[in-house]
Amino acid sequence: MTMQTTPLDDLVACPQCDTLHLASDLPENARAHCQQCGIVLMTSQPAAMARILSLALTAFIMMIAAVSFPFLTLNAGGLRNATSVIDAVLAFRNGFAFPLAVAVAFFIVVIPLVRLSALIYALGPLVRDQRPRLGARRAFALAEQLRPWSMAEIFIVGVTVALIKVAGLATVTIGPAFWAFAGVVVITVLKDQLICRYSIWEALDKTKA
Amino acid sequence: MITARAAGLVSCQRCGQVHSLETRLCKRCEGRLQSRDTGSLQRVWAWLLAGMIAYVPANIYPMLLTSTLTERSESTILGGVVELFDYGSWGIAAIVFVASVMIPVGKFVAIIYLAVSVQRGSAANRHERHKAYEVVEFIGRWSMIDVFVVAILSALVQLDTIATINPGIAAVSFALSVIFTMLSAQAFDSRMIWDADRTQQ
Repeated sequence: MTMQTTPLDDLVACPQCDTLHLASDLPENARAHCQQCGIVLMTSQPAAMARILSLALTAFIMMIAAVSFPFLTLNAGGLRNATSVIDAVLAFRNGFAFPLAVAVAFFIVVIPLVRLSALIYALGPLVRDQRPRLGARRAFALAEQLRPWSMAEIFIVGVTVALIKVAGLATVTIGPAFWAFAGVVVITVLKDQLICRYSIWEALDKTKA
Repeated sequence: MITARAAGLVSCQRCGQVHSLETRLCKRCEGRLQSRDTGSLQRVWAWLLAGMIAYVPANIYPMLLTSTLTERSESTILGGVVELFDYGSWGIAAIVFVASVMIPVGKFVAIIYLAVSVQRGSAANRHERHKAYEVVEFIGRWSMIDVFVVAILSALVQLDTIATINPGIAAVSFALSVIFTMLSAQAFDSRMIWDADRTQQ
């Protein structure tokens, strides 16, 4: 490769090993891997942007439902205790554990919601072929930066473990919020798989806006 | 194959856009550019140490405080696993053991190995080491399972005198340990794994 003669915009470097590649247009449904370390550099999926946006909107609405409706109800010996997702967060509200209540609230509700809003805000105009909104780049960067801290899917596995733990002790009724939350998890996984950072940044490009 | 640095270029880790080496801000996404993160290892070690320290009380102190009509009991992380195993819930015992013991300890070992091998300029097993880095980045968050189990159990099992479950202090230090090790893994600049070989050429 002759680097000096290639325009910089046609090059792409692997974010994990710094190997330079020539960016070329991918055929539909193809993935480009780094030649050195093998990570996925870019993907090409038809109408990815519109699908990401619709999945993000769906997940957002379901998340609101997941927080508002009853999550689980416990029955034992004539006593009854209904729990919402908020109650699970508030389990740590007493004394020394209070910061943990805040952290858990962020991990399972606030950060997922912020990520979804940021994506909807950044990608909305792109789907309609309009110019990116003011701050769209910052919003998308935030959504990507928060990705590891959004732990809804881990929470749902934790809930399953907890359910099996109490199953012998009492009867547990699963409320609508549980299914809504499970739905959020599945949709979020599907949505994140559609996100190709490279193509979205190209669409948000400052110089072309 | 040539690196961006060897070609006199710097790439944006956020969006992949390539710039000439002296550029500071990415023209595409306005991200900060750095050919190599020079303070990376320092932050990796600092967060890792914090994570390892927090993991000690997480194992010593109780995770769950259970009280029923007849008895009060406290269970630690390992105690909870043993209890589940005794009830015959092997699958769940395995999940909790993997998430709360194997993943955290495995992460400590993996990060130490990655940081030491980079410091020694090792060029061996680069593909394996990069794989290890990817696994650590991906799997670290899953340790949080146990914290969420404690949260949902303490919220759910509040039946006055019959049975109540409350979180113990270990839940806090365990969560801190997971957060610190996640930050440690994020501070690691994986490009350094591949650099050792390149400087020798």
